[in-house]
Parts: sequence; C-alpha cells; structure tokens
Amino acid sequence: MELVEVKKLQVQLDAFAGKDVYLHLETTNGSYATHFNEGFFNAGAFIRNVVINYELGKVVGESPHRVGLKLPHGWVYAQGITHYEMDEHGRLLLAGHDGSGKLAVALEISETPFSY
Amino acid sequence: MALPEERHVLVVFPHPDDEAFGVSGTISTYIKQGTPVTYACLTLGEMGRNLGNPPFATRESLPEIRKKELQASADAMGLTDLRMMGLRDKTVEFEDDEKMVGMMTDLITELNPSLIITFYPNLSVHPDHEATARAVVRAVRRMENRPKLHCVAFANNTLEVLGEPDIIHDMSAVRDQKMGAMKAHISQTAWMLEEMEHKLAQGDMDTENWLTRERFYNYRWDEDFEETF
Repeated sequence: MELVEVKKLQVQLDAFAGKDVYLHLETTNGSYATHFNEGFFNAGAFIRNVVINYELGKVVGESPHRVGLKLPHGWVYAQGITHYEMDEHGRLLLAGHDGSGKLAVALEISETPFSY
Repeated sequence: MALPEERHVLVVFPHPDDEAFGVSGTISTYIKQGTPVTYACLTLGEMGRNLGNPPFATRESLPEIRKKELQASADAMGLTDLRMMGLRDKTVEFEDDEKMVGMMTDLITELNPSLIITFYPNLSVHPDHEATARAVVRAVRRMENRPKLHCVAFANNTLEVLGEPDIIHDMSAVRDQKMGAMKAHISQTAWMLEEMEHKLAQGDMDTENWLTRERFYNYRWDEDFEETF
C-alpha cells in the first residue's frame, strides 16, 4: 500500500462510480482493547460483500483522510484513511493504519466479490 | 518434562498464533513422545490488525500470509495433522451454535482423543476464543466417556475465579520448538517477541517462567458454565 495521494485516489474513486461494486467496510479497536484497558469502551463495525452503486465518491482533507460515497438513497463514509492500493485483482483497498502499524479502519470496493 | 501418555491429543483454537504462546511447548512435547496431535484452527486470523506502517499486507492479502505462518508454526512443532476449518475471524460467535457443536463432535468422533486442549469458557477474552470454548465444552458434555479437557484461561479475573492453574507443564526442554512456533507467526507477534527477548536478555524471571511454563485448568464439570444447551 502507498500513502494516499488525494489526486490519484480521486481518479480511482471516480472510476468505480455508477457501477455495482462489492463493499468491505470495517472499523476496529481490536478485540483485546478492553483486556488491556478495562475502562475502554470497545466499539466497531464490519460489513463485507454488500453491493452498492455510488454516484459520487470523494476523498477529502489532510492525512488521515475522510472518504465518502454518495448513494442514491444514502451514504457510506470512512475516516482515518492513510493508505491505499489498487490490487492485482482490480480492487481498490483503502485503510487507516495507526502509528504502531495496526489497522483501525478499512474501506474496500471491488467489481467482484471479496473472499468469504 | 515428560507428559502423561495420551491416545490422541486434539487442540482447538480459532486463530493462527493462539497455539504459539501458551500451548506450543505442550504440543511439541506430545509429538516428541510419539503421541498423535491434531490442531484444528477455526479461522485464518483474517481480521488481524497488525498490517504494519508502512503496511506489509492488506486486509485481503493477510489470510494467505497467516496461512503460511500457521503451517510454519506446525512445522516448528513437528505437527503433521493441521486442520484449517474455514471460518472467518471474528465471526465464530455468530455461527449457528449447534453447527459449531457439530463441527467439534465430528472432530472428536473421528479422532477419539483422550485429551482436548482449548480455551476456558468465560475466561478467554476474545469473542472467538469464547465461542470456540463453548462449542468444545458442549460437544464434550454430550459424550458418555468424556476425554480430559485442559483449558487455557487468561482473562484478568482468572485467578479470582479459578485460582492457580492445576496443570503446569515445564516446557524448558522444547524451548527451541516453542520459539520457532512463536516466530513463525511473525506478522502478528513481532512486537511481542521483541519485548519478550529484551526481557529475557535482562534475565527477567517472570518472562522466563511465562515462556517455559504452560498453564492449564481442568474443565470443572461441577461448575459448568451453563446449565443446559
């Protein structure tokens, strides 16, 4: 993965607009957050292989960036995006990695389903 | 330390690397003693968070990396019967409970183990660990001749609930195999290993004990975690 360059990522986001795409979206603090810090309120969300079709996708701000997808009847967004990659299967993978190398957020879109 | 003879040992954990820190010495020892050991690993740790910064992997490439690490860990322990059960990391507790019991029952029926090693229900922190523990306990509970059930517990309140572990294996003799298993999972264990090796180099006895002494609790059927299932 590379650090997000807004102009380059914007081109990639534009390329998927108006197409049926499979979505992977997750936010996480890790399953051990409350084990290491008992007062920590651990929350996260995960969705994978749900088909969406966005009319407008935008990457905004300085790193860590926000990325939002406008749908005919709703929205998808992620914040904390630092890195991206167009992988060898033509899937656009966005992720937010913290300073210690741990993934905190991922937003991925693909024209073919992600694995299970 | 020689371990009591077993017919077959079945180890069930949900993530590659669950076996490495607490159980790889015990697995290596049974294998050295000629006891057949099967390790059923329910997921490939697809949701692991250590992906590096700069990243060395993506959410999508991680499973393949961890699959290779799991195989390398098995090789380090000398384990030949490694089963990858095909579930997805962090979803085990949402699978149908009866299906999970069935998966465990099938393994037990096929392998006829005299000892099963897994996590202790309600004391194993990660939701996948808990779901695995529940499924194993439920499957064993239904059996007429129950195999021994040795459970790993590491929740912060473990001592309060269970007291001191009733089984402690001194695994100094298979230290190399154990280090090999831990190092095999390098994508997820690098920072822990660095800290551990630093402490070992300083002669820290707590770390040495943590490394060489593997701790288990006999599952307490008289204090079963649920009345019925």
